[in-house]
Amino acid sequence: MSTTSSYGFQPTRFLTALIMLAIVIAALYIGFDLLRAQAVPERTDALAKFAQSIFDNATPAGKLINGIFAILLGVGGMAALFWAANGVVEELPETPKRWLLPYVFVGPMAVLLIFLYIIPTIRTVILSFYDRDGEIFIGLQNYIDTFTVSDMWDSFRNTILWIVLGTFFCVSLGLLIATLADRSKFETVARAIVFMPMAISFVGAAVIFRFIYYYAPEGSNQIGLLNAIVTTFGGQPQAWLQYNQPWNNLWLIIVVIWMQTGFCMVIFSAALKGVPEELLEAGRIDGATEVRIFFNILLPYIWGTIVTVTTTIIIFMLKIFDLVMGMTGGQFSTEVIGTQFYRQLFANRNIGWGAAIATLLLVAVIPVMAYNLRQLAQNRK
Amino acid sequence: MKSYSRNKRTSSLIVNISLALICFLWILPTIGLLVSSFRTSRAIAESGWWYILPHQAWVKISEMPAPTGTDPDKPITIEGVTATFEQFRAGVESNGKRLKWEGNRRLGTVFVEEQRWTMDTRFTLDNYRAVILGDQFQEKQEDGTLRQIQGNDIGPSMINTAVVAIPSTILPILIAAFAAYAFSWMNFIGRKILFVAVVALLVVPLQVAMVPILRDFARLEINGSYLAVWLAHVTFGLPLATYLLYNYISQLPRETMEAAYIDGASHFTTFTRLVLPLSVPALASFAIFQFIWVWNDFLVSLIFLGPSGNLRVMTARLTDMIGSRGQDWHYLTAGAFVTMLVPLIVFFSMQRYFIRGLLAGSVKG
Repeated sequence: MSTTSSYGFQPTRFLTALIMLAIVIAALYIGFDLLRAQAVPERTDALAKFAQSIFDNATPAGKLINGIFAILLGVGGMAALFWAANGVVEELPETPKRWLLPYVFVGPMAVLLIFLYIIPTIRTVILSFYDRDGEIFIGLQNYIDTFTVSDMWDSFRNTILWIVLGTFFCVSLGLLIATLADRSKFETVARAIVFMPMAISFVGAAVIFRFIYYYAPEGSNQIGLLNAIVTTFGGQPQAWLQYNQPWNNLWLIIVVIWMQTGFCMVIFSAALKGVPEELLEAGRIDGATEVRIFFNILLPYIWGTIVTVTTTIIIFMLKIFDLVMGMTGGQFSTEVIGTQFYRQLFANRNIGWGAAIATLLLVAVIPVMAYNLRQLAQNRK
Repeated sequence: MKSYSRNKRTSSLIVNISLALICFLWILPTIGLLVSSFRTSRAIAESGWWYILPHQAWVKISEMPAPTGTDPDKPITIEGVTATFEQFRAGVESNGKRLKWEGNRRLGTVFVEEQRWTMDTRFTLDNYRAVILGDQFQEKQEDGTLRQIQGNDIGPSMINTAVVAIPSTILPILIAAFAAYAFSWMNFIGRKILFVAVVALLVVPLQVAMVPILRDFARLEINGSYLAVWLAHVTFGLPLATYLLYNYISQLPRETMEAAYIDGASHFTTFTRLVLPLSVPALASFAIFQFIWVWNDFLVSLIFLGPSGNLRVMTARLTDMIGSRGQDWHYLTAGAFVTMLVPLIVFFSMQRYFIRGLLAGSVKG
């Protein structure tokens, strides 16, 4: 336990701590430059050459060595930085120490959030008024384009479809399954099964469902589950993801329902556990049916949770990206706002427009943000 | 009272049946994937994966050489059945048997088939070998010849995913835990405004911050390195991490902390020796949440590691495969399952912590 600082300021100890901090920072800088050098193959300085000679990312063994080095550097480096910075402040006299120490603790978080989250968010809003290279001010032109180009209209329509239908089915199915599971002996198993898709990536889910929706021309073997079922009952096989636009979006939304219902179910399960048993028993003794108990007792009791879950899912649907990329790549008029953001920014290289779409996402979440902040203020009181 | 309990029994039956039905629907897609990933390419092309279950199908019981010297344009009689060559090609049924002509008109074999219960058991591990390895490998063709095929490189890209995911999980925890301690047990200027920022950022979509970060990183020449993708993941994970850990750490008993200070422990010692060990449940909850999210992420790594190159993660490789091998279901299913393996193991072994993390953080944006 370090109680030494209470004996007063000792210049030599302070200097040693300062040197330690300098060493840690220097080591981190060199280490990170080694990682960085790999990303810039044109570099020809000694360090870059050294990095390129020891890290051969083309072979698995090289990748592994590089990876272990990178993990140790990243994790160990950050821990060492905390330790060394604390060491310096600990050697200061009592008053400056009390002033500075909190910033050692909170500093890295504050720096990252300010420079990589808050300031970039503000800059995105500003950039949205600039041209495709982010250099010439063009006023509202990006927003005008956003709301007049027919491509974008498709994306807005689809995002609304995702938000309305996706959220409705995720939340209501989640609630239904949670209620059923709550009354069953097999609750744990059932919950694990419905919850499991949450651990699967969107790209993985895209493969799973592309296979289910797979279309082979009529007369050939239907190896996709959906077309196999349809043809067994005498129907025509269909290219589900391509035809009948815009309703083909529904087949994509089903995937997200499969993935996110588990989330709603888990939260609702916990909320249902909080409903007092006496309340339910009282209702049953009064002769209320299970359906009435659900609507008149359970639903009002967990209403707050339903609102929270619904907003979470809405925000989630607003940002949907990976799944559409994996399922259709945005073809067949399945583009959503999330994929348009990527397309304008990268395929189209239009920074200003990409920023405008991102700003619209920000505007859409502001009501939720305001609500959360008001809750915070109320809790503080 | 008696009818009440009987009602209860029927309703519990209805509950369990509906629940079983839902569970069946929910698990079916994953089972289809898993089963298909072990089937040979030929089996996948010929029949749906559910044919591994017992079903009735025509099974060859004997074969004979096709009659020679017959006029191929006129009806032919085999085993007392008369039909044209085309009909025999498609298979002619009689007396519960089916005659099927394999091969061409002049040289061929006639299969005598019968409806029997059967299971399609053409399983293989080759699909996995092909997707995991990056090198050339030999694929056995339908006619028995070998063909050189470029592997899909999922194995090596799993290393990339791990190198992205491990620090992107540990670092936000480390940084956020220090910050949460400061928010809970220290006084400093800017404390309130900083915490308000954390709560506000909880719902800000990460796309909003992406464009300027990307430009800054380009200037620093770190795009395409692990450093860029770590910084992005750590920052985007920080608001939730700080919020969750603050809720936990601020609830630790005040007396314990004060006892430590009175013993002369510094804040740093109290934090590392006392607060961190006490917070393990909260740390684990967030860790699992963040790990699964980072492991499965596609957007952040696509943008900061780039769409090509050696460091690409598994989700990016799998997306490539969807593009280039969209019909090769034997590879796609195996590839998808490899990417799912680690998160599923983590999920099933630590479901309890994962759920706790979700419950505490259901406000994440």
